[in-house]
Amino acid sequence: MTRRPLLLPVLLNLGYAFLYLPIAVLVVYSFNASRLVTVWGGFSTKWYAQLAHDERFLDAAWLSLRVAVTSATGALVIGTLAAVVLVRFGAFRGRGLFSALVAAPLVMPEVIMGLALLLTFVALEQILGWPHGRGFLTLVIAHVTLCTAFVAVVVRSRLSQMDRSLEEAALDLGARPAKVFAVITLPLIAPALAGGWLLAFTLSLDDVVVSQFVTGPGTTTLPIEVFSSIRLGVSPEINALGSLIVAAVSVVILTASWLLTRGEAERD
Amino acid sequence: MTAGRAKLDWGRRAVLTLPFVWLLAFFLLPFIIVAAISLAESRVGIPPYVPLFDWTQGGVWPASHASLDNFVQLFQDDLYVDAYLHSLSVAGISTAICLLIGYPMALAIARAAPARRGPLLMLVVLPFWTSFLIRVYAWMGILKDEGLLNSLLQGLGLIDQPLVILNTDLAIYIGIVYSYLPFMILPLYATLERQDPALLEAAADLGARPWRAFLSVTLPLSLPGIVAGTLVVFIPAVGEYVIPDLLGGSGSNMLGKALWDVFAMSRDWPTAAALAVAMLAALVLPLGLLNRLQRRLEPAEEGA
Repeated sequence: MTRRPLLLPVLLNLGYAFLYLPIAVLVVYSFNASRLVTVWGGFSTKWYAQLAHDERFLDAAWLSLRVAVTSATGALVIGTLAAVVLVRFGAFRGRGLFSALVAAPLVMPEVIMGLALLLTFVALEQILGWPHGRGFLTLVIAHVTLCTAFVAVVVRSRLSQMDRSLEEAALDLGARPAKVFAVITLPLIAPALAGGWLLAFTLSLDDVVVSQFVTGPGTTTLPIEVFSSIRLGVSPEINALGSLIVAAVSVVILTASWLLTRGEAERD
Repeated sequence: MTAGRAKLDWGRRAVLTLPFVWLLAFFLLPFIIVAAISLAESRVGIPPYVPLFDWTQGGVWPASHASLDNFVQLFQDDLYVDAYLHSLSVAGISTAICLLIGYPMALAIARAAPARRGPLLMLVVLPFWTSFLIRVYAWMGILKDEGLLNSLLQGLGLIDQPLVILNTDLAIYIGIVYSYLPFMILPLYATLERQDPALLEAAADLGARPWRAFLSVTLPLSLPGIVAGTLVVFIPAVGEYVIPDLLGGSGSNMLGKALWDVFAMSRDWPTAAALAVAMLAALVLPLGLLNRLQRRLEPAEEGA
C-alpha cells in the first residue's frame, strides 16, 4: 500500500462542516431567548411554545402531511411500476420515450414543471370540467408526478441488483408472473419501497415552487407558509420549526438505516 | 425474456399503462400546452389567456391568434436577456464550485475502508432529507450584514466593516452549492467507487507519483461521473427560484424569478410560458446529453 494521503480526509471533513454548520446554528439559535441572531439572550423554549399555538402553521402542517402521505403513496405505485418496466421488460417500442419521461422530472427546473402543470389543469378544466378549481387534488397530482421519478430511481437500483433465482424457481414451479411479483419480488424489494416512499413523502412535504403554482386560494401548504414568512424577515419561530424537522428526520433516518442494516445482517 | 423489440403481452401492457399514461398526461402534455400557450396573445392581468384558435368565425379552419410575438418581446427586452445570461452564468459558476468541493469528498469516501463508505455517504445525503427551505433560511442568518459570519469575523478582529454577502451573487452561489452538493457527490462516488485499485497500484509501480496517477488514471476514468454530476446540478440550477429570491435579494435577476414574477405579479401567463420555453431551449442540449449518459450507464438492464 502507498502511504495514506492526509489531504483527502481533511477536505472531506471540511465538506461535512460546510454541510452541517448551518443546521447546527439553526438548532442552537432556536433556543435563543433573544430575537436577534447575533445576541445570545439565554436559553429559552418560548419559540417552540409560540409555534405550538400558531394556527397558521398548524393548519398548513396538517394539510402538508395529508398531501404528502397521499402523494407518496401514489408515487410509490406509479414509480414502482415504472421501475419494473425499465428493469424487466427489455426493449419495446416507446422504451426510449418512457425512460426519458421517467427520468426527466429529476432535473427539470421546478418553475417549468409548476407552470406547465398549472396551465394543464386550467386547460383540462376548460375542456373536461376536471379538475374543478385548484387545491388538494391538483397539489397531489403535481407531487405524484414530481416524486414518481425519485421512487423509480430507488426501486430500479434495487431491482437490478436483485438475485433473480428465487423468482425463476417460482416461475419454473408454475406460479403466474403476477403472483411471483406479489409473493417473492415485493418482499425482496420492500426496503427500497419503504425508502422510496419516505423519499417521496419528504419531497412532497418540502416542495415550495411547484406547490405555489398549482395550489389555489385557501390551500396553503407548510412550505408556502414558511416561505412567505421568511420573505417578511427572519423569525425565530422558523428556527424552532426547522429544528423540529431536523429532529424528526434524524430519528426516522437513523431508525430506518438501523432496521435495514439489521435486516441485511440477518439475511447474510 | 422476450426477444428484441417484440410486442408486449397483455399482462405487461397492463403494468406499463398506468405509469405511461400518467407521465404522458401530467408530464409530456403539460410541455405541449406550455409551448402552445407561449404563442398566445400576451395580456397583462387577464389570465388565463386568449384562446389560440377562434372557432366562432365559422369556416373549416379557425381564425388563428398564434404568433411568435412573445418571443420577439423577450429578445427585445434587456431585462429578460440579462436574466437569461445571468441564470446561465450563475448556474455555471455554482456547478463548477460544486464540482471542486464535491470531487475530493467523493474521492475520499470512495477510498475509505468499505465498511465506512455507507455511513460517510449517508452523512452527505442526510441534510438533503431536511427541509431545503429551512437550510436556505439558515444561510440568511449566517450571511446577513449583522449575521453570524460577520460578527464572528469582527469579533476576531479580521474585518472592520461587515462583508456584504447576503443579496449578492456570492450568496446565490453559496446557496446553490450547499443545496445541490449531494447531487454532485452521488454520481461522482458511483464512478469512483467502481474503479479498480489495481490501476493505481500499477501506476505507482511504473513510478507515477500520486498526483500524476490521479491526473492520468483516476480523473479520466471518472469522466462519466463528472458529466452526470455537472448536468444534474446545472440543469435545475438554471431555473432555481427560491435561492435567488431569498439569498440574492430583489436585485438578483434570474429566469426562474422572472418567470414567477411575470406569472404571479403581472399575471401574464403567455409571457411566462414563453419564458419557460426559452429556458427549456437552453436546457435541451444538457438534458439530451444526460439522457444518453444515463442509458449508457444501464447496459445491464437493456439486455434483460
